[in-house]
Amino acid sequence: MLRRALVFVAVLVGLVGLYEGYKWLWETAGFTWPFVVDDRTMPHTWDIVGQLFEPSRTNGPLLVEVLWDAALFTAKEAAVGFALGATAGFLIAVLLVHFTFLRRGILPYIVASQTVPILAIAPMVVVWLGGRGLPTWFPVSVIAAYLTFFPVTINALRGLESADPRALELMESYAAGRWSVLWKLRVPASLPYLFAAFKISATACVVGAIIGELPASIQDGLGGAILNFNQYYASSPESLWATNLIAALLGIAFFLVVVGLERLVVRAAPEELT
Amino acid sequence: MSTPAPVVELRGVHKQFGRGGVVALEGIDLEVGACEFVSLIGPSGCGKSTLLRIVGDLTEPTSGEVVVNGKSARQARVDRDYGIVFQDAVLYDWRTVAKNIALPLEMLGWDRRRRAERVEEMLELVELTGFEGHHPWQLSGGMQQRVSIARALSFDPALLLMDEPFGALDEMTRERLNMELLRIWEQAESTIVFVTHSIAEAVFLSSRVVVMSPRPGRIASVVPVDLGRPRTVETREEPRFFELVTEVRELLRAGGVDLAAAPEEVEAEA
Amino acid sequence: MSTAPTAVQPLPRGSLAQSVGRRARDWAPAAIVFVVGIALWEGLVRGLDVERFLLPPLSDILQTFWEQRDTFVSAGLFTFKEALGGFAIGSAAGFVVALALARWKPLGTALMPYAIAANAIPIIAFAPITNNWFGILSPASKMVIAAVICFFPVLINTLRGLTSVPPPAIELMRSYAAGEAEIFRRVRIPHALPYIFSALKVATVLAMIGAIVGDYFGGSDQALGILIRRSAGIFAFEEAWAAILVACVLGIAFYGAVALVERFTMGWHVSARGRE
Repeated sequence: MLRRALVFVAVLVGLVGLYEGYKWLWETAGFTWPFVVDDRTMPHTWDIVGQLFEPSRTNGPLLVEVLWDAALFTAKEAAVGFALGATAGFLIAVLLVHFTFLRRGILPYIVASQTVPILAIAPMVVVWLGGRGLPTWFPVSVIAAYLTFFPVTINALRGLESADPRALELMESYAAGRWSVLWKLRVPASLPYLFAAFKISATACVVGAIIGELPASIQDGLGGAILNFNQYYASSPESLWATNLIAALLGIAFFLVVVGLERLVVRAAPEELT
Repeated sequence: MSTPAPVVELRGVHKQFGRGGVVALEGIDLEVGACEFVSLIGPSGCGKSTLLRIVGDLTEPTSGEVVVNGKSARQARVDRDYGIVFQDAVLYDWRTVAKNIALPLEMLGWDRRRRAERVEEMLELVELTGFEGHHPWQLSGGMQQRVSIARALSFDPALLLMDEPFGALDEMTRERLNMELLRIWEQAESTIVFVTHSIAEAVFLSSRVVVMSPRPGRIASVVPVDLGRPRTVETREEPRFFELVTEVRELLRAGGVDLAAAPEEVEAEA
Repeated sequence: MSTAPTAVQPLPRGSLAQSVGRRARDWAPAAIVFVVGIALWEGLVRGLDVERFLLPPLSDILQTFWEQRDTFVSAGLFTFKEALGGFAIGSAAGFVVALALARWKPLGTALMPYAIAANAIPIIAFAPITNNWFGILSPASKMVIAAVICFFPVLINTLRGLTSVPPPAIELMRSYAAGEAEIFRRVRIPHALPYIFSALKVATVLAMIGAIVGDYFGGSDQALGILIRRSAGIFAFEEAWAAILVACVLGIAFYGAVALVERFTMGWHVSARGRE
């Protein structure tokens, strides 16, 4: 336990050291490639962290408060998107596992769908879903859901199909119906695969939420904050960097939640079905 | 007339894992002469695989002396004086059969022509001519093991170390491969140290059977096998064969092996 | 005493007609769905006339593409260059770092969880910063984003491949007195190839997304992402969808190219063997 904490501190110190070292070296030597280094392009790490505790605008709330609210807002969008996408993905996989024709017919398109940069379609999705009495952030969740469903579908399919054929035969010998086979055998077998997908989706839905806010012109989330502070970059570069720091932490936080859930669920699940 | 130097000499070999850990081997004294076929048999935990690895310098003894081919075990490994066959054939999936066999030859720096010739010879030896271009997954378990043996012998090592090579195979394939191995052994004039779980296999193949007992791993006794050579299918039905098998079995029991216990202990065959 | 070979899987053979027939059976459902899908698209969108301005009929999109193909193609190539550059740099860096971490095991085990966590960072959000470094119009700013997005998956997968070799396979090489470098060359790297290619395929998609979406924070007029955003902004949806189509085709081609290379170098792998 102590060792892990030490490693964590060491990595943190190492990263900060690398950053500051690079900055110092480039500034002293005056290199211009790949880009000019100064306090504007690479603010000091302590300035970035310090900026969090400055007011975000004159007489306004602290930056960290603003970012915290923004992060929660984006987190909500991402979580809803994750829930939608994961459910849809799982259901699609269940369908595909039971109907081979659908599997052969639809799977290639599901794979191809991922080459459609949904984030490119984001503007369209926003227009399409806007003004229907849905909350303004809903299109963002849809985008996050789109990014989520693919890894979940692919992995859920693989997982549901990964049930040991001998275990399947056993269930047949009990004249078990498809439903039983699904819940008692296939789903537990698919859990490790599901969690592998969830880890990818955790990141994807956060990215989707942040980026999705841009065409939707949503001010309340991190995407909006990034755009906002980007405009004030010249006067306060630290604010943008701080925003990115918070965005990074949000991504990592989602990821860690999934990892934690995995430890709980997969440990508890019986493993003798594989 | 002086006897040729032994290929393997172990004196007072002792192996303990970690400080105060399991004593895998204690006070092992053993000599293996040139062209001998020696089997190590014993239940799980008697250290036979560890002993094999010590001879091959894949693990170091805690104390004691190991001399292989007149050198230290490390030097023998560096000089590539032995070939090793594991229970799992350990073939590289991305190489064809021919390239798998040629692996040690590549490392020895042989040129392409010489490698190709030797691969052909080895394939003939293990009776797998025509399978050069196949990949490991296309072969049965028995065939994979034959490739593994071909690879181990491809560079003419003086010594062949085999760690339960036929353990994963069914009995009929195993008996057939036993015959193969003896034929190869005589043709290549190598020395073999063979680890096995099977009493019948040990007696059938060897010049001597080294019976080991567990906790700590020790040599309980050595049984010379005076069955004539060449050994054939009929050898397994001779009265002397049964006597020897019984002798080994009794020694295993005396060494504290409970033959009525779970089958992983020792196979009671023949 | 002859030993007849038992249970040998034949090398995949069979007449050309047979293999074509097999392929056709596998792909027939997908082809059917494709045709039905296109028909539905044309029919419904024209018939319902509902969100026509959002999702124009395919024929209209194709026509728009054809009319302005020069713009679309050059935008596509511009963005593809950003993606390709980022892919190459990020993957190469990921591979090299993985080699280093596999060589020095303690470092590798300590840093792996951090690489996995870093992979969870929304890198695209850093586009404004790279824009500030290299200037909004420069392709370098998007290339850096694409490179960082590709770096982590390639690093993680390559490292896993390099370190997941079964111990007996390594012991075999030690019995040949092989040095670390030889073990890497002959065993670890070939073993890692499936993992590497799997990551590279994902990286092609990520690089394209990085390049296109990076543009949302500002970019050159010549880039696909800007084209999409602007066209959508002025409700010129045929243009927007035509640009998206270009992005799709490029993405699939990129992925396919890597998959082809994989087939050639790894014909031996499980995924390439025929189904029994």
